[in-house]
Amino acid sequence: MEQAVPVVELRGITKRFPGIVANDAISLELRKGEIHALLGENGAGKSTLMSILFGLYQPDEGEIRVNGQPQAIDGPGKAIELGIGMVHQHFKLVQPFTVAENIVLGIEPSKGLSINYRQANAKVKELSERYGLMVDPTVKVENITVGMQQRVEILKTLYRGAEILIFDEPTAVLTVQEIHELMQILKRLAAEGKSIILITHKLKEIMEVSDRVTIIRRGKVVGTVNTAETSESELAEKMVGRRVSLDKPKPPANPGEVVLELSGVTVAGADKGKPVVEDVSFSIRAGEIVGIAGVDGNGQHELVEALTGLRSLQSGSIRLDGKDIGHAPVKTRIKAGMSSIPEDRQKHGLVLDFSVGENLILGSPEEDRFFKGGFLNKSEIDRHATRLIEAYDVRTPDIHNKTRSLSGGNQQKAIIAREMERDPRLLIAVQPTRGLDIGAISFVHDRLLQARSEGKAVLLISYELDELHRLSDRIQVIFDGRIMGEVDPEKAGDDEIGLMMAGKKQAGKGASS
Amino acid sequence: MGTLADLINSTLVFSVALIFAALGGVFSERSGVFNIGLEGMMTAGAFGAAIASYYMETDGGATTSSPWVGLIAGVFCGLVFALLHAYATVSLKADQTIVGVVINILAVAVTLYLVKIIFDGAGDTAQLEQVFAKWPIPLLSDIPFVGRAFFNSYPTTYIAYILVPLSAYLLFKTPFGLRLRSVGEHPGAADTVGINVTKYRYIGVLISGALAGLGGATITLTTTSNFSHSTISGQGFIAIAALIFGRWNPYGVFGAAFFFGMAQALRNFLTRFEFSQSIPSEFLYMLPYVLTLIVLAGAVGKSVRGPAAAGEPYDPSKR
Amino acid sequence: MNRAADIFNKPSTYIPFIAILLGLLCGGIVMWIGGYDPFAAYGALWNTVFGTKYDFGETIVAITPILFTGLAVGFAFRAGIFNIGADGQYIIGMTAATFIGLKVHLPAFIHAPLALIVGMLCGALWGALVGWLKAYRGVNEVISAIMLNWIALYLSNYMLRDFLVKKGEQKTPNIDETASLSIGWLKNFMNGARMDWGIWIGLLCVLIFYVLLWRTKQGYELRAVGHNADAAKAAGINIKASFIKTMMISGAFAGLGGVFSVLGVFHYQVVQAASAGYGFDGIAVALLGGNHPVGILLGAFLFGGLTYGSSGMNFEADVPTEIVRIVIGSIIFFVASHGLIRTVIQPFFKKRKSRERKGAGMNGNVG
Repeated sequence: MEQAVPVVELRGITKRFPGIVANDAISLELRKGEIHALLGENGAGKSTLMSILFGLYQPDEGEIRVNGQPQAIDGPGKAIELGIGMVHQHFKLVQPFTVAENIVLGIEPSKGLSINYRQANAKVKELSERYGLMVDPTVKVENITVGMQQRVEILKTLYRGAEILIFDEPTAVLTVQEIHELMQILKRLAAEGKSIILITHKLKEIMEVSDRVTIIRRGKVVGTVNTAETSESELAEKMVGRRVSLDKPKPPANPGEVVLELSGVTVAGADKGKPVVEDVSFSIRAGEIVGIAGVDGNGQHELVEALTGLRSLQSGSIRLDGKDIGHAPVKTRIKAGMSSIPEDRQKHGLVLDFSVGENLILGSPEEDRFFKGGFLNKSEIDRHATRLIEAYDVRTPDIHNKTRSLSGGNQQKAIIAREMERDPRLLIAVQPTRGLDIGAISFVHDRLLQARSEGKAVLLISYELDELHRLSDRIQVIFDGRIMGEVDPEKAGDDEIGLMMAGKKQAGKGASS
Repeated sequence: MGTLADLINSTLVFSVALIFAALGGVFSERSGVFNIGLEGMMTAGAFGAAIASYYMETDGGATTSSPWVGLIAGVFCGLVFALLHAYATVSLKADQTIVGVVINILAVAVTLYLVKIIFDGAGDTAQLEQVFAKWPIPLLSDIPFVGRAFFNSYPTTYIAYILVPLSAYLLFKTPFGLRLRSVGEHPGAADTVGINVTKYRYIGVLISGALAGLGGATITLTTTSNFSHSTISGQGFIAIAALIFGRWNPYGVFGAAFFFGMAQALRNFLTRFEFSQSIPSEFLYMLPYVLTLIVLAGAVGKSVRGPAAAGEPYDPSKR
Repeated sequence: MNRAADIFNKPSTYIPFIAILLGLLCGGIVMWIGGYDPFAAYGALWNTVFGTKYDFGETIVAITPILFTGLAVGFAFRAGIFNIGADGQYIIGMTAATFIGLKVHLPAFIHAPLALIVGMLCGALWGALVGWLKAYRGVNEVISAIMLNWIALYLSNYMLRDFLVKKGEQKTPNIDETASLSIGWLKNFMNGARMDWGIWIGLLCVLIFYVLLWRTKQGYELRAVGHNADAAKAAGINIKASFIKTMMISGAFAGLGGVFSVLGVFHYQVVQAASAGYGFDGIAVALLGGNHPVGILLGAFLFGGLTYGSSGMNFEADVPTEIVRIVIGSIIFFVASHGLIRTVIQPFFKKRKSRERKGAGMNGNVG
């Protein structure tokens, strides 16, 4: 079909991990100067495939051709040599080093035995200007924004003469404005002749910037299409494998009395610096879901930690059912009826080396039931666990199995089972569907809506606007630790919310005064 | 003033071994490997120096070159144990603290075992006739005060004067240093730009072994003139204290080791004076450890932080 | 945080046994290189340990301190702390017991228990210091414990020299008879071996270790902190208090080791230039014992037996006693470097391994 040799050709790449085929005979072609999106759900095998191309993993079967030549890429060094660069989702930057030091690391310009810092800084500056990246080579990475750090990552690949750039979920941590700028950068890079692979699960970005899309599902290629000839809904269907009907209308809300009331909540930053959460006030009533929209890193973590008692308040108050719990320890809040589904389930939600049964009583307010006179009541713990894994469909061979052996979705179900079972007044859910597949996502959404219909107050923190739209009755938009305003998900469009998330526009009401 | 110069002079004798070992610790920890085994590596160095010099003396008669051979042998013996450390912690990803403890146990056991074999069951080596003598540096040693304090010392002291700035230069000005530090801060970042994490960690640990061995040899060849179970008793741990107190920086380490060495020198020094009887020597011994704890606890200024990835074996699958 | 748990959560129980064999093999090779007969030496070791009632009793004397320090290290490990400071806690416990044994005069039924409890508490407090520094000042427990070990040694020496030892001497007088925890009739029965209450209290501590950690709410919380402090904190467990509690219990175990060394075995204490290293042997014991109380008991038996038996090797086969330290060091090396053992024995365990992989595969998290 095409005349030119593709810059990268993956032929029949297969990669197996114990018990799972991550990539099953995947073939893909990257043409010169194109932006090629790689679309798939979490766990579909996109990152594995790109790790193979970048030499981090070795394929079990298949062939990689770069510029027509078969290549064995046995490490990142080899990939770099072949002109392949990767911008990782989790940046690979040495925090105490300067921008220039990070960029030249491994191929430092030298003068005698020393590093030629003057030359390094000059080269970085020149490169940065050429691509409009505008980074200062002499500042330390730990002192620059996430968006800037990503540009440093891009510069790292360009400095190494990369002609093929892989971007792994690059927009996950960016503000709306930064995403917009990144899209411009990608287009500029492609126009300069760079070939780009963009890993993402965000359909909008694909439609905006890519030339072609390859869809991967469960380790296999579903197809490659020209972006101009497809639509978001077609892509979504291909990605999931069936018609997606996540947009089922939620039943009307029936809000009752106020359950949670925040007023003037302020949380101090590190070293008593600028507050990371400032003067946040809103309330949630029984039977409604209030969403918090915002780009990661705008105070959501700190706000949640202040709510759950992991971080102390500088000022303001938190009332749960009228009772001030702003300075109460975690345990008191749990007993007062607070449950939470943490963002990082493996880090904050579960003790992976505990059995499923042990995890299901973690932080339980019913101490007398599970701990009789200070001793474990094993039979009651087992009975509790057996009932919960049944009721919440937690797939585990046995309640005594280590929780580590459960899949991500089942781990999340176990947390939801534990937290919902307490029949809380308030349920705090942070990114409750992160990393889950469509089936598990819909399970989680159903449970949150169920909590709502049971008359619980639900606080939903998410970085996915779609999720917030689907579930929330009201949305508070947070930027830089402050609530920019409240919007009605039925009326407000993404653009309006997006601007507020970037701190551009404040809604008339609800702003801090 | 003369007394103070003398105090500094004798401080240096105690400090130099600490400086070497602590500098070694800088390289190891900057590359991401905790080295609790400095004590063992110093023991190996002290042993190697004593044995090699002893054989030089018995075979060729005491010559001025024999302590130099001892010094090199000490470095070599430190390297042997460092290689074991690196193999276990870097290649096999064993826990760094436990391996350090093993190194300390093995070094004492192996050296004493060999001493008992070589010296027919005796627990210490024969006294060396030829150890390092003080070398006054021409001209510099004539400078009032400074000359007496700093330039009328053992050759090992002058080696330390060279190694400290050299280490700082290597670590902070050269590509090698940048890469070594990147491996200790964020091995994943280093790996993805093609830096061989394993190689740099081996280098870091091996340098620490060589320098700790040099430190142990220094003690044999300037202080004790032989090797026994008590030649190295705690210097390796004071070196760790100096490493932290000096905040993983060669110049800082020099200052800390000098300061801790002074605590030891002071003990001998104070016996000249009447009032010294009222200061229990144990408190002087304790000083380095107490001060390090205070610094770590952040009681003075900000609490200190070492290389971010130190202590963690690098697992590429978690990158 | 998870490091301590990771070390011990290797499913393979065969590793300690292979490590022991490899360690003995290393010792054999070293003896052979040194010109000794390894078979005669190991034979002598066996005979020494199991030869006579007296020897067996003295073997138990060698086991007791490392059983206590092993429990101390193992307990802390389970709760997420690497207690490299059992050495210092041991010394502090010992010194406190000596002090009470010498300076306080009371009837036996109260004197010995008081000395025991004070020694134990002082060990606990010395341990708690490590926990406090970790909890409230963020100090890495390995570093602080190393510092505190040396501080403990010098503090103990200061106490001895200035208060307990006569001028010019290096050891204290014997403690009051009323503070003794020796068991006279058992001593006679074992032909004069220094039998005391230590091993029995040690066995009790093995039980306490198990019950506390796996049967109580407190233990559940400590283990939660040990495996995942962040999750424990989010579940309302006070992890700062947990660190301190853990180190108090750990320090109490280690302190008891020191207590029995004075009140049960020696009845006096000596000014030392360096510590006897029981705390470090405790690390070895805990590591070999897979951090389980019963495993620790077995580990203490092995290392205690080796240590006491080394005197016989020296006497009968003329091998320097250091050989046993080489064996012990090698064993821990092999346990810690289990990767090495796995590679070496992989061919023999191929089947087993593939089964393990299959099991692990259920959770393969591929992104």
